[in-house]
Amino acid sequence: TVGRSFLCRPVVPYSSVSNAMRRSLSSASPMSGSDASAEPNTDKLFTAEHEAMRSTLRRIIEQDINPYVDEWEAKEIFPAKQLFKKLGNAGLLGVTRPVEYGGLGLDYSYSVALAEEYGRVNCGGVPMAIGVQSDMATPALARFGSHELKEQFLRPSIAGDLVACLGVSEPTAGSDVASIKTTARRDGDDLVINGSKMWITSGMQADWMCLLANTEASVKDPYLSKSLICLPLDLPGVQRARKIRKIGMHSSDTAQLFFENVRVPASYLIGEPGQGFIYQMLQFQEERLFGAAANLLGLELIIQETAEYARQRKAFGQSLLDFQTVHFRLAELLTEVELLRSMVYRATAKYVAGNDVTMLASMAKLKAGRLVREVTDSCLQYWGGMGFTDEVRVSRFYRDGRLLSIGAGADEVMLSIICKYMRTLPKPPKK
Amino acid sequence: YIHIINKADMAASKGLKILVGCKRVIDYAVKVRVKPDRSGVVTEGVKHSMNPFDEIAVEEAVRMKEKKLAGEAVAISVGPPQSQETLRTALAMGIDRAIHVEIPLAQLEKLQPIHVSKLLAKVCESEKPDLVILGKQAIDDDCNQTGQMLAALLDWPQATFASKIEPSQDSKQLRVTREVDGGLETIDVSVPAVVTSDLRLNEPRYATLPNIMKAKKKPLAKMSPDQLGVDLQPRQEVISVEDPPVRKAGAKVESVEDLVGKLREKGLVK
Repeated sequence: TVGRSFLCRPVVPYSSVSNAMRRSLSSASPMSGSDASAEPNTDKLFTAEHEAMRSTLRRIIEQDINPYVDEWEAKEIFPAKQLFKKLGNAGLLGVTRPVEYGGLGLDYSYSVALAEEYGRVNCGGVPMAIGVQSDMATPALARFGSHELKEQFLRPSIAGDLVACLGVSEPTAGSDVASIKTTARRDGDDLVINGSKMWITSGMQADWMCLLANTEASVKDPYLSKSLICLPLDLPGVQRARKIRKIGMHSSDTAQLFFENVRVPASYLIGEPGQGFIYQMLQFQEERLFGAAANLLGLELIIQETAEYARQRKAFGQSLLDFQTVHFRLAELLTEVELLRSMVYRATAKYVAGNDVTMLASMAKLKAGRLVREVTDSCLQYWGGMGFTDEVRVSRFYRDGRLLSIGAGADEVMLSIICKYMRTLPKPPKK
Repeated sequence: YIHIINKADMAASKGLKILVGCKRVIDYAVKVRVKPDRSGVVTEGVKHSMNPFDEIAVEEAVRMKEKKLAGEAVAISVGPPQSQETLRTALAMGIDRAIHVEIPLAQLEKLQPIHVSKLLAKVCESEKPDLVILGKQAIDDDCNQTGQMLAALLDWPQATFASKIEPSQDSKQLRVTREVDGGLETIDVSVPAVVTSDLRLNEPRYATLPNIMKAKKKPLAKMSPDQLGVDLQPRQEVISVEDPPVRKAGAKVESVEDLVGKLREKGLVK
């Protein structure tokens, strides 16, 4: 499955210190209360440590990511190895992962705090790829993998030494994960893999893939016939067929791969055979909350930036911002963003306290995907002709943001889940 | 008072003890606004962080520890309860322990460098550091006084606007390169001494996440101005605080003659 989409545009700050001190460009969320940065944290969810970690991530975004985003978008790839090593050194890739393998062993609220901060990156592709590395490719491995497997794949992924990707989606199976066709058949002490995967984020650069494949030929239930396997991608038979050209998320390389009789030791299977789908499903709540959280800041910043643009843009003798339709609309949009934020925090708090938040997380993901489309579309309109060019950030956000309703669980899948909780899903017709 | 240390080779000793000052200020990226009553600027609900020059000072202390020039680095902050967050940042960067001199809110706005330097001097009496590193100035008041005042109170040598700190040739003193109007000046100072950090001294590290968590366990001691016996009576009164004048638009000229003509018009050239 393809992951999350975040986009943010930093605003050049006022500073009383010399140019050399201007690390880069970032004001924090400027719309809340005063036009200064982050209001004091009144939520019990986030502590001073959460804020300190966000500051560290912010520095890295300002120094090591944002200055290069335009270049990476143009090249349609970013240097994952280099960047992940920097993130790994700062401890950002294993926040919720076990301490024994280099992680911090913290609860999910820390991931959410960092996810929000990723909204400061000037594009969606890079945070999406980071999210795959830190949150999507390794949860099952961390929880169910053998010690040897964790030493070989988890530790280096947390350290940023290996680039990971997640191999679930296929050309004929996206939302319908149960009907994937890739197989991994037992042959002596090996598993032999045949099939293909599509939409693989970081697939062109990754060192290994967390692969979901059919392993239990005798099991009829498609949800119990699959396993997760750690697959090194430099093995014979692995073909990185092409980098898919997309309308957005350009800096993230999205690959289609083919596997022809690829052999791995059977010990590379994570946990129990046949449990692969269940394992991956366990982290869906986190993945969906992450997707929603990661867009909050970017949406705020795009609304603010649009207001600033409209303020200085003159039309029919007045500032564009002075037209009531414009400033009222922006107020509506910001209201929606704050509502989504409240939902994300509430779901996170409940999750951290040990509750199942599948319904809330699915709702948050659904709302986030739709809100990103609504906000970027409305804001782009106020940029007029400029909004249609490559020269402004709102158009990149518009393109990148469209993925959120599709990847990491399409809107329709989210709706089905909510209906299941509402008990309104129709029963399958009797045969 | 004079504190005499063993003047043996610095590299051979167990290293200098460094005291680093950190001030909590309004974050450099914030758009500062004047309060409607013009008594000061809005600080309520505004993002604060460690003074950038103090971050550089903290970084230098940590680097000196890593180079084994220093044995222990202690951070100190004079300020409101929230200054503890600033100290935790310093601890997360690698400082060993912290001291918070808590100033009640009522006295905070009237606190001046003279008070801070007296408080620091008192702490130096008990902590007995070999080196005090302060940021050259705070970005909120731009005073550029505390380091100099502290050195005077302690009767210690001072090396301000440091862009480099290293052992002197004979390793018995510190060789400090200072950024001055004419360029760079290099001086040797004996320890104990006060040094203030300038922009190009170093590039501060960001705290790694594991270190942020470790910082929670490092010791943070609290003190009050009363305990230190320092009187915080203000010696200045702020009459008003105003926005700087709005910059007026300029005009473009086509030629040198035009420029001279315009300057004459405005009476700027005779």
